[in-house]
Amino acid sequence: MITLTVNGQKHALDLEPETPLLWVLRDELGLTGTKFGCGIAQCGACTVHLNGVPTRSCVVPVGGLDGASVLTIEGLSHDASHPVQRAWIEHDVPQCGYCQSGQIMAAVALLQQTPKPSDADIDAAISNICRCGTYPRIRAAIHRAAELARG
Amino acid sequence: MTRQSPIATIGRPTPGRPTLNRPTLNRRGFVVASLTAAGGMMLGLGHAVAATAVNGPTEVGAWIVIDPDDSVTIRVSKSEMGQGIYTALPMLVAEELGCDWHKVRVEHASATRNVTTHDYGSMGTGGSRSIRSLHATMQQVGASARARLIAAAAQQWGVPASACSVGDGQVRHVAGGRALGFGALAAAAAKVQLAEEPAIKSPDQYTLAGKPLARLDTVSKCTGQAMFGIDVRLPDMVYAAVSLCPVPGGTVKSYDASKVLGRRGIQAVVPVPGGLAVVADRFWRARQAAADLPVKWDPGAGAGTDSAMFRAAYRVALDGILTVARNEGDTTQALTQGKLVEAAYEVPHLSHAPMEPLNCTAQVRPDGVDVWIGTQNPDMALQLAARTAGVAAEKVQINTCFLGGGFGRRAMNDELVQAVTVAKAVGKPVKLVWTRETDMRHDRYRPQAALRCRASLAADGSLNGLHIQTAVGSISRSLGWGTAASGVEPQAVEGLANQPYAVASQRVECVLKNTHIPVMFWRSVGSSQNAFVVESFVDELAHAAGQDAYQFRRKLLAHRPDFLRVLDTAAEKGDWGKPLPAGVGRGIAIHESFDTIVAQVAEVAVSSRGEVQVRRVVAAVDCGWVVNPRLVEMQIESGVIYGLTAALFDAITIKDGAVEQGNFDTYKMVRMADAPRIETYLSLSRGARWGGIGEPGTPPVAPAVCNAIFAVTGKRIRSLPISDTDLTSRT
Repeated sequence: MITLTVNGQKHALDLEPETPLLWVLRDELGLTGTKFGCGIAQCGACTVHLNGVPTRSCVVPVGGLDGASVLTIEGLSHDASHPVQRAWIEHDVPQCGYCQSGQIMAAVALLQQTPKPSDADIDAAISNICRCGTYPRIRAAIHRAAELARG
Repeated sequence: MTRQSPIATIGRPTPGRPTLNRPTLNRRGFVVASLTAAGGMMLGLGHAVAATAVNGPTEVGAWIVIDPDDSVTIRVSKSEMGQGIYTALPMLVAEELGCDWHKVRVEHASATRNVTTHDYGSMGTGGSRSIRSLHATMQQVGASARARLIAAAAQQWGVPASACSVGDGQVRHVAGGRALGFGALAAAAAKVQLAEEPAIKSPDQYTLAGKPLARLDTVSKCTGQAMFGIDVRLPDMVYAAVSLCPVPGGTVKSYDASKVLGRRGIQAVVPVPGGLAVVADRFWRARQAAADLPVKWDPGAGAGTDSAMFRAAYRVALDGILTVARNEGDTTQALTQGKLVEAAYEVPHLSHAPMEPLNCTAQVRPDGVDVWIGTQNPDMALQLAARTAGVAAEKVQINTCFLGGGFGRRAMNDELVQAVTVAKAVGKPVKLVWTRETDMRHDRYRPQAALRCRASLAADGSLNGLHIQTAVGSISRSLGWGTAASGVEPQAVEGLANQPYAVASQRVECVLKNTHIPVMFWRSVGSSQNAFVVESFVDELAHAAGQDAYQFRRKLLAHRPDFLRVLDTAAEKGDWGKPLPAGVGRGIAIHESFDTIVAQVAEVAVSSRGEVQVRRVVAAVDCGWVVNPRLVEMQIESGVIYGLTAALFDAITIKDGAVEQGNFDTYKMVRMADAPRIETYLSLSRGARWGGIGEPGTPPVAPAVCNAIFAVTGKRIRSLPISDTDLTSRT
């Protein structure tokens, strides 16, 4: 049995230890906001916070996560009130929207580390792929979220 | 609350209340949404609800449903794949209807209903066609409902309809000081027969359309709640992963299911078109078993082929028999007059690579089939499901989910046929998901092509003659949609046969040549390669004539004021001709596709180590009329990044008959650090032009960037991607 806390809720899981965290979240726990994009940590659609660190959950075996704490997009806020979500909405960032949970989780982590990021900080921290090309709006929204978080 | 939530609602959520849009697929049909304890989406099968219920929603025509609280649900017949159509089409309905925009919701129109009633016309989404084909229809739908609501109110009040007006979801009789909400009038309005359809506004009378309104689907896409096909969960659902023949068109020779059937959770191995599906209680288990399943393949006709062979074959085909697609004057003779310029270009296969890998969920019941899928073609998906399951078309329910990217790939649903096949075999609901590797290796690709251009320049820089030849795969033949018996198909020569430059004599020729690699529509289709060729070649001609690339184009476009306006806007906003630091250059390109003209100026830095950085792209756009300028801007940004990714990095190559690339490590994507600043300027001719916007941003970016690279390095890129050319030395 592996005990995992996801969005503040504890779960006991009987699974093969090599099962990636992504599929635990999506198929065991029904948290489908975290997306499958590549399976090899290339695209970032599966980004969640693992013990506070932005992590590509598609390559993290659940076997090593006993006692760990995970935050997913569903746990970020109940009402889209997180500053990053508010900024995303203000800038109408998503197009198809599939990568955006991962983009938002990556941006939240960046702003926790670097509350006022420069463009270079954003380039370095946000390596998630968006096929719709929302990068200019993501950049603008991260700057806006930094403002909103400062209040 | 048994009512389902709409796919999209406008406005911000109320703090503390989960109003976030829980997308469901068919409000009155079959699907009931509720929250699971874990917060995910669970779908159950409910019962169809009568179209008009006491104190319930009322259908006013096939496209509009009005609720007692005056909220209006607008049915959209086109798929939302990022282009914003779930916002733009409702805006055109609301423009006429006079509803409260803040109470507008969206649901996808029913393909099942469309089978028998044809209420929704073609539900296929592609060709940047949705607004172009439906703007008047959507206005008429809104106007018709408005007239019925007015008629119902006028009758109730005993006043002439002409004395009533609408606004904010109410019918008003100002003289009598009376007003009634749409909700109170809907049931009576639904019964009104109009003597004649009301007139609709002309675009210059719009008050709502034309404004940069926020998208209706944004909130759900910022919270993880938007439901894509891959997110569907059904009671007792099992999962399937596939193992497909690495060589497209190949088949299974033999396999040993016993190697995986004893594993935890593995339930079955089912033959499907192209290979085998492994069914399990969890996707991960199915995926692992599919990877480990021993299979011997018969590679079929594609065995032993590779990209070098195809490349040579396309080049050779240009010397064979070609079919004329456009012929004016005596081009052969004209090419002997003046300075002859020749160039040959090549483009590779490309993968669509939508972020959401292909997937489909299906349930085969004794009396029908339910399918959940992100598809660009619900009509065809329905027919495919019916044929695969062996049921009548009207017994199939297609639930169109949000598409995690389409770009043309989801116009043909290979994954649906597999999912229905498995669901029929196992008798349970099945979610079948392709891995990224399967998605990339079993795409239907942008055709590979070889092209050759010849032109003769007069002393003043005008063109005496132009001859363009293309050897390219036929999309209609590959899809089995047609034979292209004439030897030409529109996709092959779009952007060539309609090239806009003034030339006394010109001939465009085509040879269609297919291999075992399936080809299909890739964002902007033929224009994706043909704009690269024409706009690179025109740049070569400008250079050969010793003229500025922008001014050279201006002279050859003097007869096209619409092109000139767009070109001038791009040049002005893009600072054409202004000084730049060493190692940085500008390139310009202009192209018309899907009735929209786009010009782009790209500003590109090339380092001494040959690294390319696209710093800025300025786009000018003439799509005629604009429904929502914010959506136009977003689609230009999107088109630029999509085209830039392919131009800079990508080729699908074949070895031993199989696609070599399998994931984003070998099929590279533009990411944040590579993304240029993008500026979009509208340069609208209006009039009768209603251009598309989902694709036209893509074609000009490759030539604009390549022309900028030439400006910096003196090197012409005649074969894509750019990364295949060594730019370390300069000429």
